[in-house]
Amino acid sequence: MALRFDYLEPRTVEEAIALLSRYGGTAKLIAGGTDLLNAIRSKLLAPQHVVDIGSIPGLDSFTYDDHGTLSIGALATLRAVETSAQVKNHHTIISEAAGQIGSIAIRNVGTIAGNLCHASPAADMAPSLLALGAKAKIVEPAGERTVALDDFFAGPGRTVLAHDELLVEIEVPAMPPQAKAVYLKHAIRGAADLSIVGVAVMASLEDGCCRNVKIALGAVAPTPMRARNSENVLEGKTLNHALIENAGRAASDECRPITDVRASADYRREMVKVLTQWAIKRVIAENEQANNEAAAKATATT
Amino acid sequence: MKQRPKQQPRRDGLEMKRHITLRINGTEEELHVEPWWTLSHVLRDELSLIGTKEGCAGGHCGACTVLIDGKAVMSCLYLAMKARGREIMTIEGLKGKDGELHPLQEAFIEHFAVQCGYCIPGMILTAKAMLDENPNPTEEEIRAGLNGNICRCTGYVKIVDAIMSAAAEAKV
Repeated sequence: MALRFDYLEPRTVEEAIALLSRYGGTAKLIAGGTDLLNAIRSKLLAPQHVVDIGSIPGLDSFTYDDHGTLSIGALATLRAVETSAQVKNHHTIISEAAGQIGSIAIRNVGTIAGNLCHASPAADMAPSLLALGAKAKIVEPAGERTVALDDFFAGPGRTVLAHDELLVEIEVPAMPPQAKAVYLKHAIRGAADLSIVGVAVMASLEDGCCRNVKIALGAVAPTPMRARNSENVLEGKTLNHALIENAGRAASDECRPITDVRASADYRREMVKVLTQWAIKRVIAENEQANNEAAAKATATT
Repeated sequence: MKQRPKQQPRRDGLEMKRHITLRINGTEEELHVEPWWTLSHVLRDELSLIGTKEGCAGGHCGACTVLIDGKAVMSCLYLAMKARGREIMTIEGLKGKDGELHPLQEAFIEHFAVQCGYCIPGMILTAKAMLDENPNPTEEEIRAGLNGNICRCTGYVKIVDAIMSAAAEAKV
């Protein structure tokens, strides 16, 4: 690696913030480093100081509280979250999305928080976390603030984090009781490849009516984005084929893709429509299956 | 414990090389490293453990895979500084006490899974981590587990066969 940097190892979050404050924009945080080292090597970044938060105790945990809120620490690896039985059970979509990023060897080192802070428009954790209404807990020199993930991304490679702020935790609220959620990633070489389009859909089906609808898209705008028009098409409506069709079209209309080496803007737009429709159908199917199972259980007990 | 030569003082303003100890294949290695050196660089260029290959140097090809605390890691995207206090295993550390090959290595030979060989250390270590976690993988699981390891020669069929057979042997 041609570029040189000084390497600093704070032992507490406060120490890390102090170092970031002292070195201004010339310092960069490193967690797993799978994104940062690549960016340094390809000369996209040239930090003079690299602040490794890897020795700060406690940041690698991910825990559930009494309300079913999942708190993911800054150092929790993609692989640890992907393989957690608890996360698989309560936030299946998070576990599935984490399992679709890079190879196992990347996921053993890369972190959920790092995937968000790198702020790639194609970040595979973002759509699912947006659809679940996640929040970012940020520590700054003056204290702490919490930002909805909806407001976290500022542009390609940019977030609302100032140079002396640190994302310490991602809070994922419990899913609404009957809601199901699905993330579909479209890429040529599977998980190891970057997404051409990513679509996350959460919804519940109550008496044939769509509720709790949240849809988020990746790789089709300068930042990961919510597809609110598409959500509005579904929310509170009785489900039928035309509705799913329209929801897909709405998402396709509101995304703002570009043409690059992976795909053309037109292709991405078309795939947003298709994948949104597929994801809605998958969510509905999971809802129906759960309802049927619940009904079968009810009959069995009576 | 091997002693490395002492370093010269430097004038470019950055801190001196760091004196660290890494535990590699069961041996403690004392090293003077620049903080930006990757583990693959240290393994190959400082310790001459050239079984570890570097293909893309960007985490895409898997040739540089080593095991850290038993888990597969791309050593080209891993700072040597981060490896302190951990157990590192390279392909050189896979052989048994008397130098005998690991069953996975035997299976790769048996099944003609090696052509040019460049990807093989990464393939075998990835397979080892996979089988340690899941001793009974399906073919699909093996293929999914290898998706970060690129081979441009074999077409993967014989590599998958070799891993399947090593897993089956271990059960007997």
